[in-house]
Amino acid sequence: MYGKKVKFRALFIFLILISIILSIFLVTKSLEENVVYFKSPTDIKNFTEVKNTEKIRVGGMVKKNSIKINDKEIFFIITDFKNELLVNFTGSVPNLFEEGKGVVAEGILKDKSFLNADKILAKHDENYMPPEVSEALKNN
Amino acid sequence: MSNYFGNYSLYIALIASIYLIIKSYIDTNINIKNLNKNLVLITSVQTVMIIISFISLVVAFIISDFSNETVFNNSHTLKPLFYKISGSWGNHEGSLLLWLLVLSVFLYIFLLKSRSQNTKYRLLTLLFQQIIISGFLIFILLTSNPFNTVFPIPSEGLGLNPILQDPALAIHPPILYFGYVGTSIIFSTSLAALVAGNIGDSWAKHIKSWVLVSWIFLTIGILLGSIWAYYELGWGGFWFWDPVENVSLMPWFCLTALLHTVIVLEKRNLFKEWTIILSITTFSLSMSGTFLVRSGILNSIHTFANDPSRGIFILSFLFVLVIMSVTIFFFNQKKLTSTIKNSFIISKETAILVNNWFMMFFLSVVLVGTIYPIFLEVLNGSKISVGPPFYHNLLIPFLIPFLVFMSFGPSLKWIKDKLKKFEYNLLIIFLASILISYFILINAEKKFLLSVPLIILSFYLLLVTINDFFNKKSSLSQKISHFGFSLLITSILLNGLFSNEFNANMKVGEERKFNDKVIKLNSVNVRDIDNYKSLKANFEIKNQNSFIQLSPEVRIYQQPFTITSEADIKTTLFSDNFLVFNILKDDGYYNVRYQYKPVMIWIWISTILISIGGLLSLIKKNEKKY
Repeated sequence: MYGKKVKFRALFIFLILISIILSIFLVTKSLEENVVYFKSPTDIKNFTEVKNTEKIRVGGMVKKNSIKINDKEIFFIITDFKNELLVNFTGSVPNLFEEGKGVVAEGILKDKSFLNADKILAKHDENYMPPEVSEALKNN
Repeated sequence: MSNYFGNYSLYIALIASIYLIIKSYIDTNINIKNLNKNLVLITSVQTVMIIISFISLVVAFIISDFSNETVFNNSHTLKPLFYKISGSWGNHEGSLLLWLLVLSVFLYIFLLKSRSQNTKYRLLTLLFQQIIISGFLIFILLTSNPFNTVFPIPSEGLGLNPILQDPALAIHPPILYFGYVGTSIIFSTSLAALVAGNIGDSWAKHIKSWVLVSWIFLTIGILLGSIWAYYELGWGGFWFWDPVENVSLMPWFCLTALLHTVIVLEKRNLFKEWTIILSITTFSLSMSGTFLVRSGILNSIHTFANDPSRGIFILSFLFVLVIMSVTIFFFNQKKLTSTIKNSFIISKETAILVNNWFMMFFLSVVLVGTIYPIFLEVLNGSKISVGPPFYHNLLIPFLIPFLVFMSFGPSLKWIKDKLKKFEYNLLIIFLASILISYFILINAEKKFLLSVPLIILSFYLLLVTINDFFNKKSSLSQKISHFGFSLLITSILLNGLFSNEFNANMKVGEERKFNDKVIKLNSVNVRDIDNYKSLKANFEIKNQNSFIQLSPEVRIYQQPFTITSEADIKTTLFSDNFLVFNILKDDGYYNVRYQYKPVMIWIWISTILISIGGLLSLIKKNEKKY
């Protein structure tokens, strides 16, 4: 028979293993459900289907003269200088949200040219540009 | 002038560092009784050199010496003096110099405070700490020298970002760094103690103050960061699970675990290996925190455009340190004599182990959420972000068992205890917390599945920790910290449950209805102040029994063209009324966000209480010594 100490150790290691397996399972499951993909307007143009249950982030520049405002909503166009995407948004926008500046909008895609955003992010750094946009700008 | 001073003193510090590494390595291999006086002397010379270097950078910032590239990039003659000074560590180069400064100052303090410890242990700590210092010195001199010069000398600097001119933002990096760098001493000493073979209760007592110091600074640093995000960013929250925030939280979980483990080591001489693993992990997390924030790899809202190639150096350096410590651990862990002491399953030891498990789980969740996006991008190039629901789904359910354990764990005895003791007190407290929760939840608009058990348990824990003040089982510092923690959890839950917000685009004179309130934009006054144009709005928020006036402001700076919003927040003990507005276009519409945030101030107060507990423990510990 094994001694008491060995049994205790075995139980201990067993518990650790169980909790590690459990946490890995939970973490991966939650990760699958809550990951938000980052896309450019061009990526969206190339989508084969539009999932209107999944959140995505779209990055690009706010097109010049595209911001329109009414009582509740704000409309603007995100562009990567190849393709464009119309965004509507209800909520407050950060200070660095401006025409001609970089922006990231998070929300649900209604179709390939329209995003229903619930979050707008802009960077602290006034010189910041989403990587896709600077690549697209370089290519042009 | 100051450029030369700063630069050359860094080189002298590097030479000192190399000398100290070689000398202390040689000395550890011959058995000497006392620490060579030269070693302490040279360490103090090194510290002074680094202080001189740091002061020359600060001076360059104060006098706006634009021949210095760092000053040119990050300062401006129009900046207020306070922000000129804080600007010296607000940038990449300066912040690393500050890291280095704290590293060497802490080492010097360690050498002064550890006279009673054995010589080999002190020498080894010096050795390991000098390895870290030399790594940072080389890093600074090669890739991010704060004393690079610009020629011809520009007449004006580039840095005048008004968003970054905020007192909480100016002082929170140094405080966070004290916390981060404090873990380097923990790292060096635990490796040293491992090699010297003196891991045990007396070492635990010695190292506990360093753990406490780092932990207190880290807690305050995180608090200040959240306060800045809340007041200045105007998003109306205090925690966004942003990667930059996460990297400060991860070492905190680890340090909190370590803080508890060290007590077991001190009182029971147990968990030796675990303490060392935690020390190594804590420091690695602090280092990678600096790496992730400064490299620009993180896709964060806080990230400032930066040079990713610098990150490679910190990453490889971190890699070397981790490999070194793991090797040392494996070759020396046999020295850890396990003093066979019986501990039973129901005991304080187990309770602390359970605390550690939870901390490790919380840590892993945050770690995965933070680095998974980087991992995936390297793997297949897709860009993702992990949103708050990920963290909430994983952390909130586990809060329930965590709160249960925390309510009885601290009152267990060492070695062996029984759970059968039935206390009428606790039953009354439990019933009381159900009653309180009932009255609170009956008014809640948002209903979450777990909100009922969570609110009940958080109130239960709160009342238990209050009740603990009346019995003498534990130290006062622990009581205060635990009370602070339960207050924090309760406040966060109530805040999350009862916060609500209203967004709209409004014109002057318009009125909107929101729940039982009416929000009216009375006026917007435009004035020219100093270097910006101020738009001060006047809002009134009415309901049946209250009337609040709020005056948020929008500032338009011309050089560089920047718009900032200054939220107006009316704080009472019960709730915050938060209003911020923004201007998008010249068409008369203002983008308005109003938020009602209950018990907001208690989140700050409780975090301060948590750190006061730590401070008390630190003071009391020193009192006993002398």
